[in-house]
Amino acid sequence: MSKRIVIDPVTRIEGHAKISVFVDDAGNVSGAEFHVVEFRGFEKFCEGRPYSEMPGITPRICGICPVSHLLASAKAGDAIMAVSIPPAADKLRRLMNLGQIVQSHALSFFHLSAPDFLLGWDSPPAARNVFGLIKSNADLARAGIRLRQFGQEIIEVLGGKKIHPAWAVPGGVRSALTPEGRAKIRAWLPEAYATTRVALDLFKKVLTTHERETQLYGNFPTLFMGLIAADGGWEHHGGKLRFTDSSGSIIADHIDPKDYRSVIGEAVQENSYLKSPYYKPLGNPEGIYRVGPLARLNICSHMGVPQADAELKLFKTLGHGAVTSSFLFHYARLIEILAAIEFIERACDDPELSSDELRANAGINSLHGVGASEAPRGTLFHDYTVDRDGMLKKVNLIVATGQNNLAMNQTVAQIARHFVKGDAITEPMLNRIEHGIRCYDPCLSCSTHAAGRMALHVKLIGPGGEILNEVFRD
Amino acid sequence: MGAKTLIIDGQTVSAENHVTILQAATDNGITIPTLCHLDGVYDVGACRLCLVEVKGSTKLFSACTTRVYEGMEVTTQSERLKKYRRMTIELLFAERNHVCAVCVANGHCELQALATSLGMDHVRYDYCFPKWGMDLTHPFLGMDDNRCILCTRCVRACWHIEGAGTKNVAGRGSKSHIISDLNEPWGDSETCTSCAKCLLSCPTGALFHKGDTVGESERDRSKLGYIVNAREKQQWIV
Repeated sequence: MSKRIVIDPVTRIEGHAKISVFVDDAGNVSGAEFHVVEFRGFEKFCEGRPYSEMPGITPRICGICPVSHLLASAKAGDAIMAVSIPPAADKLRRLMNLGQIVQSHALSFFHLSAPDFLLGWDSPPAARNVFGLIKSNADLARAGIRLRQFGQEIIEVLGGKKIHPAWAVPGGVRSALTPEGRAKIRAWLPEAYATTRVALDLFKKVLTTHERETQLYGNFPTLFMGLIAADGGWEHHGGKLRFTDSSGSIIADHIDPKDYRSVIGEAVQENSYLKSPYYKPLGNPEGIYRVGPLARLNICSHMGVPQADAELKLFKTLGHGAVTSSFLFHYARLIEILAAIEFIERACDDPELSSDELRANAGINSLHGVGASEAPRGTLFHDYTVDRDGMLKKVNLIVATGQNNLAMNQTVAQIARHFVKGDAITEPMLNRIEHGIRCYDPCLSCSTHAAGRMALHVKLIGPGGEILNEVFRD
Repeated sequence: MGAKTLIIDGQTVSAENHVTILQAATDNGITIPTLCHLDGVYDVGACRLCLVEVKGSTKLFSACTTRVYEGMEVTTQSERLKKYRRMTIELLFAERNHVCAVCVANGHCELQALATSLGMDHVRYDYCFPKWGMDLTHPFLGMDDNRCILCTRCVRACWHIEGAGTKNVAGRGSKSHIISDLNEPWGDSETCTSCAKCLLSCPTGALFHKGDTVGESERDRSKLGYIVNAREKQQWIV
């Protein structure tokens, strides 16, 4: 008789979710599902609003990655106005996105994931968090928190506030980089570099002692998707879509993000509010693909900045063709932080960022507009249809986390197969399954709210609904 | 004939005959909260925020529509008035869908500013969450009924400053709403001159420039008073 293990809620992720692990008669794991259990409804209630309000409304989807929604939304607005935004505005948007990548990745690495592999998988759960990290390695924890602050300060310098800045608008941005802001960002650079270097060295050491995790945590072939620059370099805001397979071969390239529907289909999973996008030509589930730092590094040939390029070379040696282990999302994230800091340094020397030509004006010139941007967690699409007056008729948001949904299910199943045996529910087993999800740094706030206390409740349920085993964790 | 002497908040003040309590108070540096009052158009006493107490009566009077008289004793600040004003502002928020965080008028909104100054930290009444739409048919102006408090400043500015008579009120009670002409889409109005005086008069983000994003709707309402003064007194004083 089959059984089901439920982990509800999953902790140390951005949002509210649960995991079900299905166990067959022989006590072996037959499958796993990652469920997002709350509904936000942005796509529906934005209907009837003017498209120009969307960069104000959609960042409210999330407090961690509001900039991603802000930028994708503004870009969708650009497409509806059918304008080319001033070059300075594009550069400024890029700078804010780099700040967002730094702060979000720092949060994922230092606050959410590092406690697992630095404090130990089997350390007590009450201490296995950022506070435990502060206790055991105060300097590292403080440096990580400050690295996140650096990213947040860039957002504030440009947009006036760290969270939900109403700064990017259809047609451009509302303000330039001030000399004071430029000096403030520049002053942070040495510390940001140093912290990222420490984290990279640390993670490389972790890799030498975590071969098993690298092998087991979401290590399977999938496609990878992301935006790519015209020269095949790393991209985070412009460019076109590229799909590669697990051998590193390009299977689709130079796809305009506005045509995403020709390559991305969306499946609906029962028991989850998270949609499951897949690569359309291969269908579901064969079209499973991953997005985010791992995918972006897999699809690109170079980062475009020296320090990160050196790291990318090392990274590429960890796979054959493509790096397929989701445990290496952490490494990819750190390399992206490094690249972002290098690009931020370049931006600090660019006089155009102080330009006063920042905003194009136009009416409604297209009834349909798509905006795509690389959010820290992967490619984000905002797809708006408006009427002649600019009122939204249809809104479709494809968030990064959703695109990793199929891969997250497989990751949970892969880890569970190795750690779940029979009816026993052990703390290390639970934590390893949860960490499989944390590798993807899922941002469920993009479809859910983090609500209440993040406790953990696991049930092993028999075929008749009887509880075979149950564990609570506060 | 002549001036009237009255007492406002214990202060003896003199005021011209026929002026309102609000005018007398303002001329003497005494602030009374208002929302539907707008310099340049006549008052209607719609919002009830300028309610004051007058000695000798248990009733409350709207300062913007009550004229002064000799020996009048007015109280503009009391616990009772504070209670009613706070209640009034909370009801305004509960009646429609005011979402300051994403509003074009955020930071430049008279409703928001009053709520802050009256100490409104939450709304004690159930929100109505009515389903109001928007009119975006005008080439460059928009109307969002969700943010409208029915102060009718736009109607008065349209009729009595611009003289176009485009804006009107339709419906009754909670169904009341601002319309253009005989409830036509604004963009189809034959009377609208697109002067945007309605936009200047609006205390909230209900009327806005299309394309404005969060907090961008900043308006200089004194222009309306300037136009009226110039027209009526032949004085062009900026």
